[in-house]
Amino acid sequence: MWTRDQQAARAAKELQDGFYVNLGIGMPTLVANFIPEGVDVTLQSENGMLGMGPFPFAGEEDPDLINAGKQTITELDRTSYFSSTDSFAMIRGGHIDLSILGAMEVADNGDIANWMIPGKMVKGMGGAMDLVAGVKKIIVLMEHNAKDGSAKFKTACTLPLTGKGVVDMVISELAVLARPAKGAPFRLIELAPGIDLDMLKGRTEGHFEA
Amino acid sequence: MANKLYPDAKAALDGLLFDGMTIMSGGFGLCGIPEKLIAALRDAGVKDLTVISNNAGVDGFGLGQLLETRQIAKMISSYVGENKEFERQYLAGELQLEFNPQGTLAERIRAGGAGIPGFYTKTGVGTLVAEGKEHKDFATASGTETYILETGLVADVSIVKAWKADPYGNLIFRKTSRNFNPMMATAGKVTVVEVEELVPAGTFDPDHIHTPGVFVQRLFVGRDYEKRIEQRTVRQREPA
Repeated sequence: MWTRDQQAARAAKELQDGFYVNLGIGMPTLVANFIPEGVDVTLQSENGMLGMGPFPFAGEEDPDLINAGKQTITELDRTSYFSSTDSFAMIRGGHIDLSILGAMEVADNGDIANWMIPGKMVKGMGGAMDLVAGVKKIIVLMEHNAKDGSAKFKTACTLPLTGKGVVDMVISELAVLARPAKGAPFRLIELAPGIDLDMLKGRTEGHFEA
Repeated sequence: MANKLYPDAKAALDGLLFDGMTIMSGGFGLCGIPEKLIAALRDAGVKDLTVISNNAGVDGFGLGQLLETRQIAKMISSYVGENKEFERQYLAGELQLEFNPQGTLAERIRAGGAGIPGFYTKTGVGTLVAEGKEHKDFATASGTETYILETGLVADVSIVKAWKADPYGNLIFRKTSRNFNPMMATAGKVTVVEVEELVPAGTFDPDHIHTPGVFVQRLFVGRDYEKRIEQRTVRQREPA
């Protein structure tokens, strides 16, 4: 089984040299700590920045410089700033290579639900619907099962969708499931250490090819 | 030259406000919000507002101040976490809320300001966002895909925060505080802008202006900006 850091490091292996990447809030932000040596990626923040740097040193925080999670950050020598429309032109126009997002549910047809639980206070979808609709490749980084033990990779999402048929890869603490093209079935790509196929199947509801 | 300069937020909003009006308010989180104009709206007491803003501020700051005074009837936003009073009013049915995907919201404002009444987008297809909207298939490089019709947005007044302005209303924004401000400047019937610094005419390199003055009707210099930080994150210095 992978730890959260190992899960993030596994996702970082999907980064390719030259990629423009948008990382979602939460576990996906950890991926930035594991970018492989020799791989140069530019991080996009949907509030209007390309070329996101690390957190500032204490005392150097700038309230005019935050990421989409509203955290203080820094700029790099490659950084550019732009408006929200330019930012989403990058996202919706297919100019961003990869987005790594969290999810509450993913279905084996690639549907994703990550913004709303009916009956609970809904905070909003932010940029998630734009990202899954427009970015070239979508990787979901999530826990394999919900707190009640139910599988999060399902035959069908039960929660309101963020996007239909959009997910390309799921990385959980147990395994990597991926498909070569939208519309193709998911396949098992890799098992975490100590996990075998039967264990994985026992904790998964959605269909995948072994 | 028409005078666009006003002494303060109160003066800059004079004669523009009425109950039931629609206001666009710039910013992302608390970054780049027109904090002086929001405070002036609170002091003016104008009610039943529809506010178009990516977020709804936090308790006690930004648009949270207009929620506390119950001046907002409806929000059009993409994300409204971090605000308990918002949650309370919404769950009690006292506040209407329309969620838009963030890119759709930005593009609706851009379209409204550019005189475009609607556009088709893939964002939200197959979700609650698409319900009741016109669907249309278009041929694309990757085959036929379905899109939904989204409409342009305009406001009675847009309130905008920029870094610097000149007397003509040409604006320059700073870092990620630009966000929704430039589009909102284009989509207000009247656009009122607060800046940290007013520079003499001719100071800006015309190639560096982000928002041309035609979009700006009223302008003032704000004092003592609070610029509250929502999530202060820092890293440790490596030991020497």
